[in-house]
Amino acid sequence: MAFRTSTSIIALCCLAILVLFPDLVFAAADAADKLLPAPKPGRLDYPVVAGISARTLVWGFAQMHLFLAAFVLAVPIFSIAMEYLGQLSGDERYDNMAHEFMKITMSAYSLTALFGGSLALALFLFYPHLMGYMMRVFRGQVLIYALLFLLESVTLYIYYYSWNALRYGNRKWYHMSIGLLLNTVGLTLMFIANDWATFMMSPAGVDPATGAVTGTVWEATRNHLWNPLNLHRFVANIAYGGAIVGGYAAYMFLSETDPKVKAHYDWMGYTSNFIAIAGFLPLPFAGYWLMAEIYAYSQQMGITAMGGILAWLFIIQAVLIGTIMLAANYYLWCGLMRTDRGADYAKYVKYIAFVIVCGFLVWVTPHSLILTTQEIRQLGGTHHKFLGPLGIMPAKNTAVNLMLVFTFLSFQMFYRSSRIPTVSWAKAGNMVIIALYIAGCANIVAAGIYGYLTPTVYKVGASVPQVISTLSIIIFSVIIDVFMLRGARTTKVHWGRMSERSQYALFVLPVAFTWLMGLMGYIRSSLRTHWHVYTIMRDNSPEAYIPTIGQAGNTITIITLSFMGVMVFVFWLSRLGETRQQDPGAQVQPAAVTPPRLHGQEAAQ
Amino acid sequence: MTFLKVMVFSLAVLLAYTGFANIVPQVQGDPPVEEKIDAGSLDMAGMIALGGRLFRGKGTCTLCHNDLGRAPNLLKLDLARTFPARLADARYSGVAKGQKGAKAVESYIRESMLEPSKFVVSGFGKKGSNDTVSPMPKIDAPPVSLSKVEMNAIMAFLQDRAGFQPTVPLPSADEVPSAAAAPDTSQEEDGPAKTAVAAIEKFGCSACHDLEGSKADTGPKLAGIGKRMSKAQIFEAITNPNAQIAKGFEKDIMPQDFAEQMRVSELNLIIQYLKKLPGQP
Repeated sequence: MAFRTSTSIIALCCLAILVLFPDLVFAAADAADKLLPAPKPGRLDYPVVAGISARTLVWGFAQMHLFLAAFVLAVPIFSIAMEYLGQLSGDERYDNMAHEFMKITMSAYSLTALFGGSLALALFLFYPHLMGYMMRVFRGQVLIYALLFLLESVTLYIYYYSWNALRYGNRKWYHMSIGLLLNTVGLTLMFIANDWATFMMSPAGVDPATGAVTGTVWEATRNHLWNPLNLHRFVANIAYGGAIVGGYAAYMFLSETDPKVKAHYDWMGYTSNFIAIAGFLPLPFAGYWLMAEIYAYSQQMGITAMGGILAWLFIIQAVLIGTIMLAANYYLWCGLMRTDRGADYAKYVKYIAFVIVCGFLVWVTPHSLILTTQEIRQLGGTHHKFLGPLGIMPAKNTAVNLMLVFTFLSFQMFYRSSRIPTVSWAKAGNMVIIALYIAGCANIVAAGIYGYLTPTVYKVGASVPQVISTLSIIIFSVIIDVFMLRGARTTKVHWGRMSERSQYALFVLPVAFTWLMGLMGYIRSSLRTHWHVYTIMRDNSPEAYIPTIGQAGNTITIITLSFMGVMVFVFWLSRLGETRQQDPGAQVQPAAVTPPRLHGQEAAQ
Repeated sequence: MTFLKVMVFSLAVLLAYTGFANIVPQVQGDPPVEEKIDAGSLDMAGMIALGGRLFRGKGTCTLCHNDLGRAPNLLKLDLARTFPARLADARYSGVAKGQKGAKAVESYIRESMLEPSKFVVSGFGKKGSNDTVSPMPKIDAPPVSLSKVEMNAIMAFLQDRAGFQPTVPLPSADEVPSAAAAPDTSQEEDGPAKTAVAAIEKFGCSACHDLEGSKADTGPKLAGIGKRMSKAQIFEAITNPNAQIAKGFEKDIMPQDFAEQMRVSELNLIIQYLKKLPGQP
């Protein structure tokens, strides 16, 4: 009921804005704008300020803003999902974890705005012509963005500060409605920012010859790449939020000595890892869609990404994703020690590890290498006789799909290690699941071989049955498990019974995710090559070149380190808020840090 | 202590990624550089050479016109037969319909560059368009934006490859204030090879073939090859090595993209060198 009320309020607000100010979105451009071409700044039109590298500064601010914004947008999604799960299961740990993380978001939120403001100032300072043009294209949408930012702040504060006041019963549903409103506003903000970024890649609503603004703001907004990027960033944010929360939980697990508190953070780490990987599993498919749309919009742009000077970046991406997969799986395998029946499943770990490592190796195999004459002689050609075929997309698609399937298997093993099915058809159900895995994997491999043999234009098409096989294995296994494990006999999960080493796997996730997001941002921006707005407004600044991968890697590392520093500050700040100075006159020895509330933990164990 | 350990671990992971990014091949993507040409001294041979550079460089034609199947590989196809076949295609209804000869080929190429969807070669249309929409951008519009002179140069280059005498006009002085040809510096840093031996070294031929005393045996021996193969056959063996494989050797060992990598002058140098190579066949 409350959800419906909330949705209605949001719809009415949007409708009211559009009814009162339709020109913000639907008005055609002014007659003057239709005659005014896009600016053509020359090299001297770009301000030079104290020798600062404009691009590096803007890059740094933009990436920091994006990292923080991804976190700030992801945590409320994560949070409302946790609240909902808490309501369904009656387990207060979900609620406590969500509340703990919203507290951290409060500190991160102001820093997000700070970097966003710095980015806007830097853009207006160093790229005034571009920003002037963008303002002409998006006109009133910029004001809507500002209004939504205000609404985001209001809903965020109400959502956080009303947590305990609206904690139980019907009031909880009102609280979740506020959370829904917060997420709606947050996602709308992200979608608006995305349309600015994608307009620069695939401009719409402007005259292709002159760049004059001819269409409405809505036409410019729904440009060719807008929705693929929206989906990709939405899914990636969920994975990213889970990874950051997992890193925090791992740190707290290592720092605490109280077994109850350790158990709480172990559970938090597991749940966060689950969310990170659950968000990560569909990410390659969202990526395929984005890349397919890039090819559809401009074949040149697509080839620049996948077959041009950026092609090597996808090998680096493979290394990053491979380490994420290995770390997440390693953590899950270590988690088998939490359950008494975990050892029964541990014997399968070596096979899963074999598949994941093989997949990783296939993914990092490059198609072509820059070789010396001596190396060509030793290799017997420019492509390795046997490894050459592993360098192209069909082999890599096969590898990533198998890695996803076997990562899911790791989750399934842990889930089953504390549950013994009691239904009469359990054996038949297990046989169906095994058959599903075998048939799905066979289809993935067969489609990969077909993709290798077929011409390039059909190779992407060959990945579709692979994706369907992977999703089928996951979806049907979950459905069968849900029915088979209903009323199952559960065994105790010993939360906190984890090795310290396993927690380092949880640190790999946020570090790799952050660096990966930086790398993907570099690729997305570089696809525009020497254009501010692709084919419409050329970049004539002194830095209108695509930096080498090494330069980009160094910059991304510095930005990632800065982000890690900011996050450490944010976490420290949230802990500082719980610290109370000892009364000099008192005799008691209060704890420096209040341990988190652990209501319901015992019940769950 | 925990904080320190976590930070050191995270830093090590970051440095590993950074190190990897720095050891892979480093290429900087520069914007096309405008190269002024002297219209007064440009003859048709220079025009053809300019067209070749534009085809591989600023025109970005080889991004799609290559072996990967996104567009016909104009550097490997026998254009002397391909162009007349296109003009005679029942689906073709463009400006050169029913015409023959060099002038018709010029009209056909010009039309293909300015209106790529006018005629889409079977199998190369946009997905779902039933070969009615071409994925090729208009070549005189951004992002490629070739000038009239630059398009003429590419037409001359393709007509020459098809064995026709180019029919495009040489540029006048007022037509080339900024005629451009950005050499593809990402693949060719030292300019074209001037001698056959330099070309052989540049493309690593002696790494696999016993040339210049290398004694390599990954590829077939080439001694006396000029006595058993014509120039056209040697040309095909270099530009399309899988077309005919020597006994005892396998497909796909020799690079398939020499037609894209080599300049016409370099290819000619190597062919002449091989034609005169002494030894028993």
